[in-house]
Formats: sequence, C-alpha cells, structure tokens
Amino acid sequence: MLNIPVLRWGEPYKSLDTDEVIHHRTGEVLAKVGQANPGLLARDIRKADRAREVLREIPIKDLIEMMKKAGDLYINATLPLGDGEQSPDDFARQQSASTGLPEHMCKFNMEKNHFVLNNMDQIFDALTRGLDLEILERGFGVEERGVPVSYQAQSPVLGMVLPSNSPGVHTLWMPVIPMQIGLILKPGPQEPWTPYRMFAAFTGAGIPKECIGIYPGGPDMGAETVNRCGRVMIFGSMQTVKNYAGNEHVQVHGPGYSKILLGDDVVDQWEDYIDLMADSIYKNSGRGCINCSGVWASRHTGEIAAALADRVGPHEVQDPTDPEAGLAAFTVPNQAEAIWSMIEEGCEEVGTSHVTAKHGDRLVQMERCDYIRPTILHCNSPDRKMANTEYMFPFTTVVKCPQEQMIDKIGGTLVASAITNDEEWAAQLTDATNIDRLNIGAIPTIALNWLQPHEGSIVDFLFRARAYQTPDERLQRICSQ
Amino acid sequence: MADLNESIQKARAALDAHTVEIVKWHFSPETGCPFWLDWAREAGWNPADEISCFDDIIAKFPHFQDEWLRDKQPEVWVPQEFAGKPFNIFETGGTTGMPKQRIGWNDYKVDYSEFSDSLDDAEFPRDHYWLMVGPTGPRRLRLSIEHLANVRGCSCYFVDLDPRWVKRLIADKQFDQAKAYMEHVVDQATTIMKHREVSALFTTPKLLESIAERLEDEGSSLYEAGIRGVFCGGTTMDPQYTRFLVEELLENKIGFKPTYGNTLMGLAKHKPFTPEDKFSITYHAPQPRAVLRVVNPETDDLVEYEEWGRVELTTLTREFFMPRFLERDEAIRRPPIELYPWDGVAEIRPFGAMQKKIVEGVY
Repeated sequence: MLNIPVLRWGEPYKSLDTDEVIHHRTGEVLAKVGQANPGLLARDIRKADRAREVLREIPIKDLIEMMKKAGDLYINATLPLGDGEQSPDDFARQQSASTGLPEHMCKFNMEKNHFVLNNMDQIFDALTRGLDLEILERGFGVEERGVPVSYQAQSPVLGMVLPSNSPGVHTLWMPVIPMQIGLILKPGPQEPWTPYRMFAAFTGAGIPKECIGIYPGGPDMGAETVNRCGRVMIFGSMQTVKNYAGNEHVQVHGPGYSKILLGDDVVDQWEDYIDLMADSIYKNSGRGCINCSGVWASRHTGEIAAALADRVGPHEVQDPTDPEAGLAAFTVPNQAEAIWSMIEEGCEEVGTSHVTAKHGDRLVQMERCDYIRPTILHCNSPDRKMANTEYMFPFTTVVKCPQEQMIDKIGGTLVASAITNDEEWAAQLTDATNIDRLNIGAIPTIALNWLQPHEGSIVDFLFRARAYQTPDERLQRICSQ
Repeated sequence: MADLNESIQKARAALDAHTVEIVKWHFSPETGCPFWLDWAREAGWNPADEISCFDDIIAKFPHFQDEWLRDKQPEVWVPQEFAGKPFNIFETGGTTGMPKQRIGWNDYKVDYSEFSDSLDDAEFPRDHYWLMVGPTGPRRLRLSIEHLANVRGCSCYFVDLDPRWVKRLIADKQFDQAKAYMEHVVDQATTIMKHREVSALFTTPKLLESIAERLEDEGSSLYEAGIRGVFCGGTTMDPQYTRFLVEELLENKIGFKPTYGNTLMGLAKHKPFTPEDKFSITYHAPQPRAVLRVVNPETDDLVEYEEWGRVELTTLTREFFMPRFLERDEAIRRPPIELYPWDGVAEIRPFGAMQKKIVEGVY
C-alpha cells in the first residue's frame, strides 16, 4: 500500500487526514491519500504568481520539449509515488482497480495521454492558431501578417477539479504547463493516479515542482479550488453546469449527450453504419462524454435499435484484467442500482421500450461493485422522457424524429456525428450553437482530432486577446530581441 | 499508573459525594426547584433518598428532554435557595423556533475562573486585553469571556456574530450572504486588532481562519498583530484542521486552547497536546460539576475507549441539575489522565456527521 501526500507547490505535506483508495473487486487498500483541508489552499494560493514566474523563466519551446520527455517517462518509466514507486503496469493496474475501468482501457488512456504530450508542439500550434510562441511568452508582439497582438494570462494557475470515474479527461490539462500557467489539481477520490504520475513525469522532465499543487480532499476542497483559482475547470452533472453558467472563471464539463444523427438521405442505408454506431456506444466502456448516447433518425428506428441491441446487448461482465473486458464497474455503492431504477421508470412511459431485455438482465450486482450491461432503448418521439439521457455505461436511446426537428430537439450536444450528404442540412448543423464538436460524415463520436479544441479552446479560456499599443520603435526593439 | 489509578478513585469518590449533595439539593423542598420537585412526585420515587452515587443517576434517571428547556417558563428551574434573586437567561440553539434556555447566577463565573487557572500567563498575559469574536447575544459565552478577562486583570472587546442567521443563510444556500456577513465580522475584528492592544483572542475556528487570512493578506499575521493566546471553540476541529490552525495560522508561536463548552454544561478543558496525540483534541468535563460520557446511541451503554459514540451530558450544580442529556454531538471516548482523572471525549463532531451533511456555519 502506498501513502500519497498532499503536494503544496511540489512539496509533500503529510496530512493527518487520509482517504483510502480501495480495489473495487477485492477491497484491498491500494493507497492512503492525504486529504488537504481548504485552508491549506487558501494560504498556498498566495504563492500562485510564483508558479507562473518559474514557468516564465523557461521558454515555451523548451517546456514543449519537456512535455515530450514527460510523456515518455509517463508511459515507460518507473516513477516515484508517495512513499513508493510505480511502474507503468502498476499504474494501469491501480487505476483499473480503483475506477473500475478495465486494465487494457487504462493502458489505452495512457497511450492517449502520451500522444498528447508527445505531440504538444502540433497541438499547441493548433490551439494557438499558429501564434508565435514568443508572443505568448512576452504577452504581446507582431504577427507575421504585421498586426500587433497581445494575449494576457487571466490567472497564474488553472484549478482542476477532476472526476473519479473518467481517466480520459486528463488530456485537457496537459497543454497548461507549456502555456506557462501553473496547476492546482484536486484529484477525484478514486483517481489520484494520473495527477501524481503526471507530476512525477513532469518534474522528472525538468518542469519546476513549485508550479504544481495537488490537493486531494472532499467536496469542500473542490469548492475551495473553484473559489481560489482565477480559472477553473470542473467536471460534473447538469446541475453543476447550471450552477456555473455564465461564470467566466469556470469552465464546466458536464454530460456530453453525444449523438449520431442519420440524415434522411442516408437513413435507408442505416445498416452500413451499424458498426460505427456500436463503436461509438460501446468503446472505452461507454463512459466518456464523447460516447454516443443517442441515435436519431426519421425512420427505421425500431430496426436500428434492434440491430444495435443484437450488437452490444450480449456483452457480458468480464474481469477487469481480461483484455477483452468492455465494461467498467460502478464503484460507488448503490449508484448502478439507482441508475437502473431510473431507466426502468423511464421505460414505463408509453412509446419507450427496452430493446436489450432479450439479452438478459442488465444490472449485475457484486460484493463491492456493480455493472450495467449495454442497454439500448427505443423512443418513438423526441418528446419521450428518455429521449435525451446519458449514463456512464454503454447506453443509447434510438429516437424517431423528423430531420427538420432534430437540431432543435437534440438539445445541448457535445459531439454530433451527422451522417448525411445533404449540404443544406449540414449548413444548418454548422450553425447550430447547441452542438460543440460537429462531425459531418461517417465519423464515430469517439474519434477525436487532437488538433481541434474541445468544449472551447483552452487558450481562449486562459488568455484574453486585448489591445496593446506602443510606439513602433519599442515594439520592434523588444520583439526583435 | 498506580498514581493515576488513585487519582481516578479519588475523583470518582468526589463525583459520588457531589452527586449525592446536588441531588439532595434539587429534590429537597427547602432548596430544590419546582420542576424537579414536581417531576419526583410524578415519577413516584424520591431521588434525594435513592441516589447514592453517580452510577445511580445513570441507572435511575431517564434522558433529560431538551423540550423542558424550551417549553417551561424559566421560574420552574429556580432553586428555593435562589428564590427572589434575578437570574441570567442563557440560550442555546434557536436557529428556528424556540431556543433552549438555561438560567443561572454564578456557575459561569466558577467555570471560567477555574479555566483561568489553567492558562499560561505567557500565552494569555495577565492585565492585558482580550477580544471575543463570536456569538454574544443571549449566550453564556459573552459574560463568561468578559469574566475570564476580568479575573485575569483586564477587559475584553467584543465583536458579535449571530450563528442563527449564518446557519439560516447556509441552509438556504445563500452562500454569498453568508460570506458577506463573515467579512463584516472579520472587518470589525481586524479593526479592533489594528487600533487596540489585544493579546488574547476568543473565536471560532472558521473565524480564526478568516481573521488570520485577512491579516496575512494585509502583510501582517496574528502574531504580529499582538495575539499570544487563542481560546477557540464552537465547531468541529479534527486533527488535521487543528494541526493546520496550530502550525500555519498560529505558527507554533501562539498558545492554543481548544475548548468544548455550551450553555448547559460549562467549559470542558482539553488535554494538553503531546506529540503522541497527533493533534487529536480530547476534552475533559469540569467534573464534578458536569460529567461527559460517550454512549452507544442504540443501547445507552458506554462505548469502549477509542470508540465513537454519542455524547451524554449530566450537569450537577446547585443552580442546575440536568441528568443524562444527549448532546447533538458524537465523540471518541478517551481514558482519564493525571490532570483530569476521568473520561475524556475526543474529536467531537455533530452527531451523524458521517451519515449526513450538517450545517455548522462559522460557529
């Protein structure tokens, strides 16, 4: 068992309050994680400027190179962790054990994080739209096209209130350090592994430890992170999203409600896209916000639902160490049962039917964890209660909806994969502000292009473009140095 | 260990003798109060005759009902001996509805004079000013702290905080208002600290944190503001939080006296910290005037040492008798120590804190 301390600007702090991270199948205590009390962050945040200062002493291009090295350490090296150390295999095993995600998916997530770190230069170039890195470092400069520009950091640190159940989200904060912005990480109680391993990899690659703080704790610690950091990214429910709506300091990542929309021009060939739909629903345990939770079409929806049920419904619960395991465990007591009750209740409405029932019981309860097997519902109208729902397992509602109503009826949608050749509809989809990531064509919802922004550009969140006027002579003198 | 055992026996004998004296006092027509005399008539037994030790109270009395302190007029609690003497009315609770009321004359002075004897003059200098930032109003605390300052040779400044209002704001999710009120209180406190010489501070842990933060934001600190001793109570202080207060806010330079007290009991003092305690605070009741037990909430039996249970309070003074009152707190039962050779209660937190969210606010 590991003892993992709070990290106060990189310095270990052994809290008297600890939380046990438990193996979801065996009950083994994997680690005791020191819990920070909010007052620690309240004090430490006074030194937040120092985090940015130490990073500004290192050119961004060097930080990007360090990220590449960190990526290699993260995926290959045995790194220090608390009072012990952790190999890459240990990491995957521990992450799987506490989050319920199968081990091979944890390894896949490692590859994803490694990819992002290793391609940081390209990602950076995409996120900043090709901005000269020295302009970001300096805060102002002249673009190649001769236009003076200025980007002002809005906070010396980014606070991250991270989730327990979705290791995939960590890619979002990888570019922050090379932007010369410090990090305050509040890990999810069941997923301390990535923040601490990243810290070890970053510092092993030469990133100054004093630019990162890790403050594990309860909800009060999350609230303190939101209160104390000038810019914060949090993950939560729709209620959390509503709570912070309009707060420019907080970027909330809520449920995705990602969908596949079949255009009237292709819907009669729906069978051609069943694999794409099934992958979008089932891959990576269906837990991500980019996994498909709704397939919308104007006709054939009953047949589509039945075909999807035949495709994903038979999947059984497997041991998390099994390379074929496709389902993740619910490790929070009673959560799966509550979710299944909601689904059953939703299916009582006329017009909503459970299509995977013939493949056996969905709810699988174990001693310390539960599972819900892939579930497909059919709704005969977008007005049914279950038409726009999302749960953290492979779950999709196939919804019958006229194409001309779809954009309005789908509501907020993180990823919409619209399979169509109808350019008029594609143009309407392009203009739809309720869709964040738009795929036009046969593209799975889970196919991410890392060079594109996710729920807003993090550069726009952390930096403000503003006017900066100064005599040409000074501008040229400083920018040519 | 032999010495401790002897001390425990002596303390137990003193408690038994005190119990007999106080029960006789409250259940004798010449000295007792109307409430208990009526109660004994209805109960059909006479505690003045039948209580011969403290264990008899546990065996023979039911739990004291807090409704009695809400529903009855204060006169019913006046012992005959105090008849005609105006009394203080102290309140506890009351965030909604009628608060519990306890009347008194001198008990608070006895408690706080005794507490004063436990203070280190280097941390709480005699003949120097105190500041209380916390609930004044109808609470016993305000007069108590003033008395404490007085017996130590000086006076006390006060900044009021209404915990009932704060709890309502938090319960109604008006967090901005709660924060603004806290700022208002902290403004007043730091203003006093800047313009007056103050060396001893009584406040709640949350307010201590906010006051320290304000001072540090302004480039000062509690120590630099002249504070040498902090007397703190009111909300949960788990070991990590206590360590945070001692190491970070008080910088290991300012004396720290955590206490557990309320209108019904008086003031429980804490076991002086040793490294082995790891900042786990253990309180010992002002026995024999009050007795704290940690009981299994289902069976009423004492829990084992180091186990959690509900806090049960018995108050035994000539002014007030309250047998087996179940506090809204839970705690760990700790063994007697030489300084306080009777059971202690540790790491006090609201009863059911692990099961449900409790509104503690800043108090």
